[in-house]
Amino acid sequence: MADTGVDKKRRRFLIGATSAVGAVGVGAIAIPFIGSLTPSARALAAGAPVEVDISKLEVGAMMSVEWQGKVVFVVNRTPEMLAKLPEIVPQLKDPTSVDSLQPTYVDKETRAREAEFLVMLGKCTHLGCAPQFRPEVAPADLGADWKGGFYCPCHGSRFDLAGRVFKGAPAGTNMEIPPYYFVSDSMLLIGENGAAA
Amino acid sequence: MSLLNWVDARFPLTETWNKHIAEYYAPKNFNFFYFFGSLALLCLVLQIVTGIFLTMHYKPDAEMAFASVEYIMRDVPGGWFIRYMHSTGASMFFIVIYLHMFRALIYGSFKGPRELVWLIGMLIYLALMAEAFMGYLLPWGQMSFWGAQVIINLFNTIPFIGDVVSTTIRGDFVISDPTLNRFFAFHVVAVPLILVGLVFVHIVALHAVGSNNPDGVEIKKLKDEKGIPLDGIPFHPYYTVKDIVGVVVFFIVFFFIVFFMPEGGGYFIEHANFEPANALKTPEHIAPVWYFTPFYTILRAVPDPWYGTLAMFAAIAILFVLPWLDKNPIKSVRYRNKAHLINLAWFAVTFIVLGMLGVMAVTDGLKELGTRGTQIYFLFFAITYVHSRPQQANYLMWFVILLVSVLFWDFLRYDSSFTENQASLFWQMLLLPIAYLATTLLLPHFIGGANREKEVPTRVTG
Amino acid sequence: MKFNSLKLLLAAAFFSVAVAPVAYSASSGVPNLDADVDLSDKVSLARGAKYYANFCMGCHSLEFSRYNRVAADLGMEEGDIKPLIFTRDDDDNIHKPGALMVNALREKDAIRWFGIAPPDLTVIARARGGGDWLYSYLKGFYQDDSRPFGVNNLYFSNVGMPHVLQELQGLQALDKDTNTLTLVKPGKMSAGEYDQVAKDLTNFLVYVGEPAQLHRTFYGILTLLFLLVLLVLAYLLKKEFWKDIH
Repeated sequence: MADTGVDKKRRRFLIGATSAVGAVGVGAIAIPFIGSLTPSARALAAGAPVEVDISKLEVGAMMSVEWQGKVVFVVNRTPEMLAKLPEIVPQLKDPTSVDSLQPTYVDKETRAREAEFLVMLGKCTHLGCAPQFRPEVAPADLGADWKGGFYCPCHGSRFDLAGRVFKGAPAGTNMEIPPYYFVSDSMLLIGENGAAA
Repeated sequence: MSLLNWVDARFPLTETWNKHIAEYYAPKNFNFFYFFGSLALLCLVLQIVTGIFLTMHYKPDAEMAFASVEYIMRDVPGGWFIRYMHSTGASMFFIVIYLHMFRALIYGSFKGPRELVWLIGMLIYLALMAEAFMGYLLPWGQMSFWGAQVIINLFNTIPFIGDVVSTTIRGDFVISDPTLNRFFAFHVVAVPLILVGLVFVHIVALHAVGSNNPDGVEIKKLKDEKGIPLDGIPFHPYYTVKDIVGVVVFFIVFFFIVFFMPEGGGYFIEHANFEPANALKTPEHIAPVWYFTPFYTILRAVPDPWYGTLAMFAAIAILFVLPWLDKNPIKSVRYRNKAHLINLAWFAVTFIVLGMLGVMAVTDGLKELGTRGTQIYFLFFAITYVHSRPQQANYLMWFVILLVSVLFWDFLRYDSSFTENQASLFWQMLLLPIAYLATTLLLPHFIGGANREKEVPTRVTG
Repeated sequence: MKFNSLKLLLAAAFFSVAVAPVAYSASSGVPNLDADVDLSDKVSLARGAKYYANFCMGCHSLEFSRYNRVAADLGMEEGDIKPLIFTRDDDDNIHKPGALMVNALREKDAIRWFGIAPPDLTVIARARGGGDWLYSYLKGFYQDDSRPFGVNNLYFSNVGMPHVLQELQGLQALDKDTNTLTLVKPGKMSAGEYDQVAKDLTNFLVYVGEPAQLHRTFYGILTLLFLLVLLVLAYLLKKEFWKDIH
C-alpha cells in the first residue's frame, strides 16, 4: 500500500472521469423527478383554453367564465361606454397601461382586441378580491362622479370600464388582461394568443 | 480547510468519516456476496426517494387510491418512471436482502462476536416485510385487497382474541378506507423511520466488531505495529471503488427491469392488481408477492389455520436463534465438512422451491411438496445444531430422532380420507425428508470424507 | 471445489425460478389465440381508437385516459380526435380534448339494464396479462339462445354483454366437442376484415393500458448504454486502486 509505483495521473483521471459521468447520470435521473413536480396532464386540462360563446351576450352586459381556476369577465361594451373612456383619462393612475399586465395586441386605452369586447381577469390588483361590475352612472352608494366601471368591495378600489384604476385607489395597476382571441364573430377563446399574435 | 476545522471543533465529522469509511479496515478478500450490504443501503435510499415523490401524488382513500396510481402512471410527468422504480425497487430490495442473508449463512457471519449484527439484521428483515406488506395494499387492486385480507385474517386464528385483534388492525370489519389510511401512515412514516434507525444501528454494531469474510477469519487477531489488521484494507478508497462497480451492475439489472419488464413477468406487479379492489369478488387465485411466498407455503402446509400461522411465524422466528443453534467454531463453509455444505444447499433449494410453490395454485402434488419442503425447512435448523460438533455428533441417533419426528408429523396429518392420488404422493414424497436426513446425517457417519473439516488458515486467502 | 458446487446448485435453483411458468388461469379452459400485438403500428392503433369510440365507449369508459393524450401518442392532431368525442360533461357540453374518457352511463342504470355495471377498460389489457385474451374474447362470441342476449363467449363463460360487433362479424356457432367456432350468419365484413378489427381494438387496449410503453424502451436503451460506459470507467477505477492490494 505504499505510494511507490502508483500512477497518480491515471488515478486522478479515472476518478475525474467516473465522477463526471456519474454526475451526468445523477443529473439525468433528476429530470423526471423534478418533472413530476410540474403541472400534470390533469392540471393542464383544467387550465386549458376556454371557448366562450359571445353571441348571446347582450350589449352592455357582462358574463363571467372560469379559466385556470380564475374568473374572467367578458363585457359587451356599448358605444356610450366606449365614448366615456377618453374623457376620464385625467382621473386615472395609468391611463395607457404602461405599468399594467396585458398582451401586446390589446389597445392600450380600450384594453381590448375589438373595442366592444372587454376580456379581463376578475381580480383586483390590490389584494385579489373580485371587483363588482357596476355599469350604471352615478348610483347612490358610489357617488355622482361614477361613470360606470368596476368597484372592489374589499378596500374600495375603483376601475373604469376598461379596468383602468382610478387615482386614490389602493390598487396600483390596471386589472390584468388574459391572452385571448376571436375564433369567429361569436366565439372567443381565452387562454391562447391566437395565430395573429 | 478552515471550514472543516470549524465543523470538526463542533461535530466529529472527520472523526466519523475516518472511523467508518477512510480508516475502517475491512478484510481484503471480500467476494461477490459482499456487494449486497451496500446494495441494500442503496435500495433503502431508492425506495425512500421514489416513495417521497409518489406520496406527492398518491391519495390514501379507498375511493381514489386506484385512480391516483393510474394518475401517476399517465398524467404526472415522469410518474410512470418513478412508480416503476418504486415497485421494482421493492422486489430488488428483497433479492438483495435474501442474498445478503444467505452470505451470512454460508460464511457464518451471524456467529460470535456478530450475534447482535445478525439480530438487528433480522429485525430489519421483519420491518422490511411489514413495510412491503403495507405498501402492497396502497395501489388498492384486487391482489392488494385480497392479499391483505388473507394475511390479516391470520390474526383471526389466534384463540379467543383473534377477532378483536384483526378488527383492530383493520379498523373495520372488512378491509376498507380506515385500513388503507393506517397502512399508508405506517408505510410512509412509521416503518421507514424504524428501518432507518435499525440500519444505522446495524452498521454501528458491524463497525464495532468488524466485518467477517469468506474465510471466516478474524482479521483483528493479527495486526501490524500500527495496530492495523494485516489482512485489512481501508474501506475507502478500496471498497468504495469496488462497490461503485457493484452499484453500476445493480443499476443495469434494475433499469433493465424498470424499462423493459416493469411487471417482472407478473411477479413484481401482479396482473390481477390492475383490477380495482372489490370486496364482493374474490380472484380465482390469490398469491402474495413473491418475497413472502416461502412463508406462505409453510402457512398452507399446515391444515389447521392457527397452527399454520404459528408455523409461519416460527419459520421466521427460528432464524433469530441461529447464532445459538450453530455452535461450530468454524465460520466459513469453506472449512466445514461436506455434510454442512450439503445441508446449506438443501436449505437454499428448499427456500426457493417453497417460494415458487407459494405463487402457484394448489394441486395435490404441489401441496404435498409444500409440506415436505416445510419439514425440510425446519429440519435444517436441527441438523445445523447437530453439525455444530461433527466429530462428537451421534449421527445415527439424530437420524432416528429426526426421522421419527417427521413420521410423527406425518402420522398426525395422515388422513384416511386421502384420495388414492394423495396417498401415493404422500408416500412418494416421504423420500424427500429421508433423502435430506440421509445426505446430511448418514453420509458423514458412514463416509469419513464427508465429515472431515479443514484447518482454518490464520490469514485470509485470495 | 466446495464453493463451486454450491454456486452450481444456486445457479440451477435460480434458473428454475426464471423458467417457471406463471400460473394464470383463464376464465375458461380454452387456450387464448395469439394477438400478435404491435404497438408500433400507429395506423392500427388509431383505427382501434375509432372502433372503441364507436362500439365500446357507450358502456365501457376509459376513465384514466385522456383524449388529447391518446391523440398525441397515436400521432393525431388534436382536431382529429374531436370527431371521436361523443361524451358530454355535467353541463351537457361535449368533452374537451383534455378530458378523461368517461361516459355518461350511470352505474345504477347499467345495473338495471345489464344486471352488472360494465367495467372500465383502461387497464383491462394489463389485468389480463396482455392482449391475447382480449383478441380471443372479441372473436369468441357464439350463438347461445339460453343467454339473455342470445350469445355466449368461448373465452368468457356466461358473458353478460351482447355481441356488439355482431353486425360486423356475423354470428358464430360453437361445436361443443371440439371447441371450434364456425360462422353461421355472415356479417358486413369478411373473416379477414373482422380479424383486423379485433386486432386493432386489442392493439389499442394494450396501448391504453400503459401509454408509457411507447416510450420506455427508448429511454431504457439510452439508460443502459450510459450505464455500460459508466461500468467501464468504474471497473478501470477499481482495477487501478486494487493494484495496491497484494
